[in-house]
Amino acid sequence: MENLSDFFAMGGYGSYIWPAYLLAALILTVLLILSLRDLRRNESTLQTLRAERRGDAIDETDT
Amino acid sequence: MHRFANPNQFLRIANPLLPWISALSVLCMAAGLYLGLFQAPPDYQQGESVRIMYVHVPSAWMALFVYASMAIASATALIWRHPLGFLMAKASAPIGACFTVICLATGSLWGKPMWGTWWEWDARMTSVLILLFLYVGYMALIDAFDDPTRGQRAASILALVGAVNVPIIKFSVDWWNTLHQPASVVKLSGPAIHPSMLWPLLIMAVGFTAFYFALMIVRLRSEIAAAKIRNIRLGQVHS
Amino acid sequence: MSATTSGRTPATRKRRRLYAVLAGLTMLGVAAALVLTAFQDNIVFFYSPTDLKEKELHPNQFLRLGGLVEEGSVKKASDGVTTEFIITDLSNTVAVRYTGLLPDLFREGQGVVSQGRLGPDGIFVATEVLAKHDENYMPPEVADALKKSGQWKEPSK
Repeated sequence: MENLSDFFAMGGYGSYIWPAYLLAALILTVLLILSLRDLRRNESTLQTLRAERRGDAIDETDT
Repeated sequence: MHRFANPNQFLRIANPLLPWISALSVLCMAAGLYLGLFQAPPDYQQGESVRIMYVHVPSAWMALFVYASMAIASATALIWRHPLGFLMAKASAPIGACFTVICLATGSLWGKPMWGTWWEWDARMTSVLILLFLYVGYMALIDAFDDPTRGQRAASILALVGAVNVPIIKFSVDWWNTLHQPASVVKLSGPAIHPSMLWPLLIMAVGFTAFYFALMIVRLRSEIAAAKIRNIRLGQVHS
Repeated sequence: MSATTSGRTPATRKRRRLYAVLAGLTMLGVAAALVLTAFQDNIVFFYSPTDLKEKELHPNQFLRLGGLVEEGSVKKASDGVTTEFIITDLSNTVAVRYTGLLPDLFREGQGVVSQGRLGPDGIFVATEVLAKHDENYMPPEVADALKKSGQWKEPSK
């Protein structure tokens, strides 16, 4: 237990080291999540548009 | 559709690589964190605070590396009017901007206890702040025109012009008196870092690089899909 | 295609753009180098004791002075918050007086940047003292071993 609190104190620099690591992790994670969300949204929109177009094409050949 | 033939070809190579690059990134970052926080020794002068180096230095390298890649991609886009180069640069810009923010913030958190200041206008810090403005300016310029090709061209030119800042950042600590110390790893006389601290740093840097490439492929796929959506919608309007 | 209407083949247009980009970048590099050389003095973050001696500076000008804290020169004044020390660049020295908290890295033999004014008595009165560290990183045991074996390289500033 004492070892653990020593570890988090980081020789008195814990209040600088942990914010540095947390901030880096937070920024990279948020960017990753936003990028994946964008990708999923764009790919599903593209699929719907393509399906619609295919549907139109079939309608035209039918008539 | 022929306009995107080459981005598609690129994705045919990049997509199968994506899981491997992602795995490499996760592995290296986990190993880097473990080595940097638990295994690496404290510094003889800076004590435990030196552990900030393991996020600060890799993100600084990436901030420069991503910008250099972006400038090269923009140059190919301008010269050969090739959509892939521009889309790669556009996909990279937010990643580079995030690395620059991490570099500045962690540098500030390191500077306060060691130097005694959060921020000073020395040549190194000022030139990195300019790098952040270049990233932000690039992203803003893309959307600033009604005609997307004009925005693309203006942003690509800005990316190229801003490339002069990259060597200035790298050599600022050698050319002028700065508060920031000179380079420790990339220098002619070899690294001035003990191997027990250099290895965690290099492993973390590999993890950050793999993270950039993985995220760039994801964002590039998204950009290519968005471009195809625009094309289909334009086609619908015209027909 | 617009290439045919302008009377040029796409290949020469591409080559022209390549040369334009290369020429633009070269001119930009030259311009940046000229500007940075011209503003050399403004980009420098601090002056060394030698600069201070050689450059004709306005008396009482606010400036930053940087160098190494001379070994054995640090004295605490009786009020407990004022520190006096000597900054050296190994050829010239300047005495500094500073009242306030010192950063963790401030110690004898280490780099330091102080901000303040050179008084008429030749003592630099600092309002801020920043510590500077060098590019060497190593565990304490390695530093001790190097010092013991006589392989320690003193900072060359």
